[in-house]
This record gives sequence, C-alpha cells and structure tokens, in this order.
Amino acid sequence: MHADSLGFIFLNAAIINNFVLALFLGICPLLGVSGKLNTAFSMGVATALVMLISSISAWLINEVITHFDLEFLRLIAYIAVIASAVQLVEMTIKKYSPPLYRALGIFLPLITTNCAILGVALFQTNYEYSFVQSLFYSLGAGAGFILAIVLMAGLREKLELADVPSIARGAAMSLMLAGILSLAFMGFAGLGG
Amino acid sequence: MAAKTDNNPITMDTFLSGIWKENPVFVMLLGMCPVLAVTNSVANALAMGLATTFVLLCSNALISLLRHHIPKEVRIAAYIVIIATFVTVVDYLIHAISLEVYNALGAFIQLIVVNCMILGRAEAFASRHRLSSTLINGLGMGVGFTIALLCLGSVRELLGAGTLLGFPIFGEAFEPWVIMLLPPGGFFVLGAWLLLFAWVKERQIKRSAAASVGEAAVNAR
Repeated sequence: MHADSLGFIFLNAAIINNFVLALFLGICPLLGVSGKLNTAFSMGVATALVMLISSISAWLINEVITHFDLEFLRLIAYIAVIASAVQLVEMTIKKYSPPLYRALGIFLPLITTNCAILGVALFQTNYEYSFVQSLFYSLGAGAGFILAIVLMAGLREKLELADVPSIARGAAMSLMLAGILSLAFMGFAGLGG
Repeated sequence: MAAKTDNNPITMDTFLSGIWKENPVFVMLLGMCPVLAVTNSVANALAMGLATTFVLLCSNALISLLRHHIPKEVRIAAYIVIIATFVTVVDYLIHAISLEVYNALGAFIQLIVVNCMILGRAEAFASRHRLSSTLINGLGMGVGFTIALLCLGSVRELLGAGTLLGFPIFGEAFEPWVIMLLPPGGFFVLGAWLLLFAWVKERQIKRSAAASVGEAAVNAR
C-alpha cells in the first residue's frame, strides 16, 4: 500500500500508530471509563463522533487561518471548536438516550480535555492532509480509540474475578494491562510498510 | 464567578500537598498523556515539566485574578482559552530557545492545553483562592508534576539506553533494554511506580496498626 493511500492512513491511525496504545493520547478515559464493557463502548463511540466533527471543522478552520496568516490562533480556535463539538454531542445524547447520559456522567464533558481529539486535529495539520485524507485519519483514530478502550474494558471485566494482590488493584493493574496491550500492538509495526 | 474566597493562611501544606499528598501524577492520575509520552529521556521529561509548570502558574494566576469577573456558566470555556493562550506562548518560546527540544516534544507541547491537571487546578483551586495561595499551590503542583516526570524519565532512560542525561552509566557491556523507550515501557514503568507507592502506603498502615497493638501490649505488661 502507498503511504498516502486512504486505506493506509486509516490503518495507520487505527492500528499501527494506535492513538491510545502507541501515541499515549486519551489515557484518562482509558483508565477512567474502562470498568464496564457497555459504558466503554458508548464512550468510545461518543469520542469517535466528536473526533470526526472536530476534525472536519479543524480542517476548515485551518484553511481560513492559513489564508489570513493567523497561525498563532490555531490552538485556541481548535480547542474552542472541540469544546463546542463536545457540547453538541452531549446535548444529542441527553435528548436521545438519557440512561447513557447518566452512565457516562462526568466523563462526557471531559471529552473536551481528551488529548486524542486535539491530537487528531494537530496531527492532520502537521501532516498537511487533504480534506478526504483528514476524514479517513479521524475515522481511523476513532476506530482505534474504540478498539483500545473496548479491549481494555474486556480485560478488566475478566480481572474482576482474578485474585490480584491488594496493592496492585486499580490504576497499577490497569497500567500493566495497557502495557501488555501496547506490546501486542507493536506487532503491527511492520504492517503496510 | 461568585467565589467564596477563604482567608486561610498560607501554610507549608499549600505548597507541599502538590508534591506528595496530592501529587498530580502518582496520586490523582491526572495529565497522564504527556507523562507517558515524553518521558523516554530525562532531558525531555525536564523540559516538559518546566513548560507545564510555567503554563500552570501563569494561567492559574490570571484565573485567580479574574475569578470575580468570569461568569459561572462559561467558566470552563474561559479557562481553556486562557490556558491555550499561555500554551501558545510556551510553544513559540521553546521553538525560539531550542529547536532540538521542540522537535523531541513535538505536538505534546501544544497538547499541554488538554492536560487535565491544569484545568483541574483552575477549577478546584484558582477559581476560589486569592493570588498568593494560588501561586504557591500551583508551584507545588508543578514541582510535583516535574518530579513525577523525572522519576519516569530517569528509570526509562537508564534501563532503555543505559544513560542518564546522555552520559553512559553502565559502561560498554550494558545491553540496552530498548522496550523501555518504546510505548509499552512507559506503561510498565508508571505501573511499577504506582505499585511501589501502594506498597509503601500499605506498609505504613500496617506499621501504625502494629505499633498501636505493640503499645497496648507494652502498657499491659
């Protein structure tokens, strides 16, 4: 596959350079919301949705900003867009699925401070992706995030039953798990070459 | 925001809580992304720690000064914009001072904006305390964050490259443990530090329990 092809961009963001396990973006929700499989999946979908919206808006904003030579405003503009996108998704979820809204709780507004979303916007700018390429990049990143958080939640649900030493319960165990997952994902490094 | 400003005197605890009791990384688990991503060498960890501390101090100072003027409904947005402004300053500053550091840290300088620790401090402390105690608390948090980054950075550089700040430590025969520099190493080392702290804490609790039992035994004798 060619390095600029859409398929490669998608796979690269989703698996080879997985946003969570290889680039360390979005660790907070990974540790915070991965207790239950259902919640983790909904969280992943909500995040992927915000990613898509903010990636599209960020691309448009970047066009305007570079046109007027206002690069120093880029960061502020991006974060404002992301905050609004989160608000939008929050209102949508509240209207169509109140139980889900309650289950996600505080972590829903905290999507704003999820590094993965700002990360997508910044990386697509750095790589100078075209509109379609950014679209595939953000879709890949979203898919990668869902994959990581669901894998993590599945493992943690199994671990509930395991006899873990008391000092290793909680964050330490989750980090070790994430390390092992990340080790597994390194196996994809040569993919697509 | 109609904040209730407390007039508590500034104690040593205002500063120290950020370093030990409420250490942002090891205790509160905030701002994990840069902690894991840029700690593959001591130099990077130090640069990241200093940059974050600078943003934390400046943004919290401004938020503390403006705390009576920011409407409650839009406070988060206002905080984020203030933080983003200072991050832009830091971004250009590092670019001007050292291109090498700038390239090593990459997008993670700009990602300081979404470091939950800074927003958390703004919401939990700066918005309801006066400038002086905000500055001291922020400095403590920043130092605590930097120390945590250095803890990770030194272990990962030592094991992964056999060097410390670029100087070889183990001599020629050392076979670098490269995995420590790669992403999994970050997770493992942070997990190991958390294990260590949990172990120390549990031992303290056991000790104090044993001590009280022992005292009772001595008194009975």
